Amino acid sequence: MKINVNGTARDVTGPSLNDVLVELGHGVGRVATAVNETFVPAAARAEYLLQDGDRVEIVAPRQGG
Amino acid sequence: MPVFYGTEVVSRLMLGTAQYPSPAILAQAFRRSGAGIATVSVRRETGEDRAGQDFWDLVAGLGVKILPNTAGCYSVREAVTTAQMARELFDTPWIKLEVIGEGDSLQPNPFELVDAARILVKDGFQVFPYCTEDLVLCDKLVEVGCEVLMPWGAPIGTGLGLNNVYGLRALRARFPDIPLVVDAGLGLPSQAAHAMELGYDAVLLNTAVAKAGDPAAMAEGFARAVEAGALAYTADPMAPRDMAAPSTPVLGKAFL
Repeated sequence: MKINVNGTARDVTGPSLNDVLVELGHGVGRVATAVNETFVPAAARAEYLLQDGDRVEIVAPRQGG
Repeated sequence: MPVFYGTEVVSRLMLGTAQYPSPAILAQAFRRSGAGIATVSVRRETGEDRAGQDFWDLVAGLGVKILPNTAGCYSVREAVTTAQMARELFDTPWIKLEVIGEGDSLQPNPFELVDAARILVKDGFQVFPYCTEDLVLCDKLVEVGCEVLMPWGAPIGTGLGLNNVYGLRALRARFPDIPLVVDAGLGLPSQAAHAMELGYDAVLLNTAVAKAGDPAAMAEGFARAVEAGALAYTADPMAPRDMAAPSTPVLGKAFL
């Protein structure tokens, strides 16, 4: 399935958001997610099935002012 | 000490975590500042280095309250989604709400700010809005449920200090019971002391410390300044006057 992750085109297996996180190495990381500009809570990732063309954002803690 | 949404913090100094020369210097600066709150952000986790995880370990070790921001957001939707992600990442209902309206000044967009604050408060967030000193804007923010106001001193990163002392003083008078924080634009400890002398509850700064030649020393300088300013405010300062008045008694001067 072809999706966009953090602005980069990726070919992933999926099908769930959780599967994709594991596939991309974020399985144990402290990350938060949004799909198509809408927040997807961690508890909902396993049941959130991605589709071709979805835009996934994976964010983590970072420095800020 | 200031109380934000029922939580008393240990210092009137709130410190950002960006732009330090190294993680070790960041940690040193926090130690010497005594700051009780650290601002953080959420950003894309890219690459294999997992920089976000290392940063989280560093921040968690500071032993301070975490205040995530929505820095860089220009719309209600962006800010709300960012806040939702931040709440989950940092496990806190606190959010420093930034909705920027103009790129050169990073001035808040007051209209979108109020809309975003309304949505977030209804969703259970405790909102710290980065705003201007505009009384009407601040009225609206309080109306939608903000229990803290964070007007800018000057645009973010400029170090210009308090650009509108009159406006900040008017805001203090208008909201005697709302915690007020000067957020952004401070460059020197004297400016932070000035904010405290106006009766503000705290200051939030980042660049002034992180970009100093010795960030840890500057952090301590700010810490001392906010305490000095807060003490001065409670000490009821004298009223300024235009004409000189001798402090040494005139009576008894030798007749020469």
